[in-house]
Amino acid sequence: MSKGRFGEFGGQYISETLMNELINLEEQYEYYKNNPEFNQELNTLLNEYAGRPSLLYYAEKMTQDLGGAKIYLKREDLNHTGSHKINNVLGQVLLAKKMGKTRVIAETGAGQHGVATATAAALMGMECEIFMGKEDTDRQALNVYRMELLGAKVHAVTSGTQTLKDAVNETMREWSCRVADTHYVLGSVMGPHPFPMMVRDFQSVISKEAREQILEKEGKLPDAVLACVGGGSNAMGMFYNFINDEGVRLIGCEAAGQGVDTDRHAATMAKGTLGVFHGMKSYFCQDEYGQIAPVYSISAGLDYPGIGPEHAYLRDSGRAQYVPVTDDEAVDAFEYMARMEGIICAIESAHAVAYARKLAPQMGKDESMIICLSGRGDKDVAAIARYRGVEIYE
Amino acid sequence: MSRIADAFAGGKAFIAFLTAGDPYADKTVDYILAMEEAGADMIEIGIPFSDPTAEGIVIQEASIRALNAGMTTDKAFEIVEKVREKSQIPLAFMTYLNPVFHYGYENFFGRCESVGVSGIIIPDLPYEEKDELSHIAQAHGVDVISMIAPTSRQRIQRIAKEAAGFIYVVSSMGVTGVRASIETDIASIIKSIREVTDVPTAVGFGISTPKQAEKMAGVSDGVIIGSAIVKLIAKYGEHAEGALREYVKSIKDAIS
Ligand SMILES: Cc1ncc(COP(=O)(O)O)c(C=O)c1O
Repeated sequence: MSKGRFGEFGGQYISETLMNELINLEEQYEYYKNNPEFNQELNTLLNEYAGRPSLLYYAEKMTQDLGGAKIYLKREDLNHTGSHKINNVLGQVLLAKKMGKTRVIAETGAGQHGVATATAAALMGMECEIFMGKEDTDRQALNVYRMELLGAKVHAVTSGTQTLKDAVNETMREWSCRVADTHYVLGSVMGPHPFPMMVRDFQSVISKEAREQILEKEGKLPDAVLACVGGGSNAMGMFYNFINDEGVRLIGCEAAGQGVDTDRHAATMAKGTLGVFHGMKSYFCQDEYGQIAPVYSISAGLDYPGIGPEHAYLRDSGRAQYVPVTDDEAVDAFEYMARMEGIICAIESAHAVAYARKLAPQMGKDESMIICLSGRGDKDVAAIARYRGVEIYE
Repeated sequence: MSRIADAFAGGKAFIAFLTAGDPYADKTVDYILAMEEAGADMIEIGIPFSDPTAEGIVIQEASIRALNAGMTTDKAFEIVEKVREKSQIPLAFMTYLNPVFHYGYENFFGRCESVGVSGIIIPDLPYEEKDELSHIAQAHGVDVISMIAPTSRQRIQRIAKEAAGFIYVVSSMGVTGVRASIETDIASIIKSIREVTDVPTAVGFGISTPKQAEKMAGVSDGVIIGSAIVKLIAKYGEHAEGALREYVKSIKDAIS
């Protein structure tokens, strides 16, 4: 079996044109990840620029309201640019710079990864181009303008379903045109090796901090950690340092859209089947002939027909569990979090909050859970208003 | 030795690509037979995939047209069955790994063998991953065609040593599509290939004019043309036969 496997999942299913660049990337990453200077530079960026470590906040009102497990929120929404995406982006763009690249390209769904990439490119003086599905440029118009303010060029992708998967297709095509000076900053734990491993490593700072923080506050490990899952990067970051702690339940919350029994969802674990796409063997929403299915979620960041290979492995080995959460449940949770704790979280993160509302009451008061609040919700306010029938536009 | 060798037996080979089911299945059969008559030595039949990441806009759009018209892997095999009623031309499939994976490797290559498809080109299956299916394909007499790109450098000989059927030399960076000029030093890539194998080479990606074809065939054993043909089908729909015959003949004449 080839490199970059998590059980049978993962691999490098990518065109020959890109293979040498992937091999080069892996070699450079393996070198720099153990390089003290690189790590010091990255840590400085994470701490002084992005605002790490992020808080582990005890959500006391929510805990009391739900009447079960103590609920902690890992506040990735407080990072610079407003989500966990910056953790990965600072790592990759710094690496790209060390590799001598002068240009970065990236796909984006909600626009959070695009904004983070444009930010890091501005900071480190790199040229930046972002590919975003046309439908997403419409639903997240503010983020498009943000990226442009940061000096990036944004391409609206009009092929296919005009959402995240098509943005990935187009970024891969662009990368195969120009690899010599260009690094593809993939935004999640997906794609061909070494991306799933590298992005997971850069995001694992979330659980590294959270584990120390909860031990400090509670004197023991949590009983469950929850995160929303699109490609799976905030979830992998949230899970990683708890994988060997067998007593900690790992729960990924995926987008069920209008319900897993409709054809309007993005619930890869619940409804997907094994396949090979976007460089990896994993689970995908697809038809009987292996044509990738159009997926749907209110959340542009979870609107993806696949899932990172390490999640597929964690699920099949029984270590992690994945649950579907509908649009309705996520919107309710979005509003709940705002009123209960005064936090407007991303609609993506609200999927994890929604499941926590079901799970916490079933757990004991002596137990605790951590929810990864992967991002803040400013970007979603107009869409939620429209969902509730209030016509405001950004 | 598979039927692919026949394509290269009579001088420089012209390998013509079209997408199965564009504009509809029976037309694909007609177009394959017409291109054979006009001088094509081998036909590469694209089984459309929803997300063809190695394809430029021309073949992307053809894939969508074909899928919308109801094309499936099963129907692609039926197209081959109909072609085989009238023709023994060497045939290869071009598709992405996922449709083959879903059909089941054993089923897929078993059916290739029974209908008479001798090769398969899978752009998202690089050297490192080919063990996934190569032994199954081999058992059914189907060559998994190796691709070599402008970026392959030290990988060229490793790939070439294990190649079968023919070697697909990717002329340019990027995705499929018509290009004004081809800058890659194809001759030196082919020299490097020749040091380790006699398997024939064909150059593809971006070739459209007889002049380009002549130049590329001059340094290799043949040329592969896709987007330029698919463009004609896009333009003329079910009335493309005349234009296809004329075009194929112009290329064949240029490389002969
Ligand atoms: C705030 C937020 N959370 C989660 C995601 C989903 O990505 P992942 O599953 O890689 O964490 C996104 C993607 O855009 C996001 O913006």
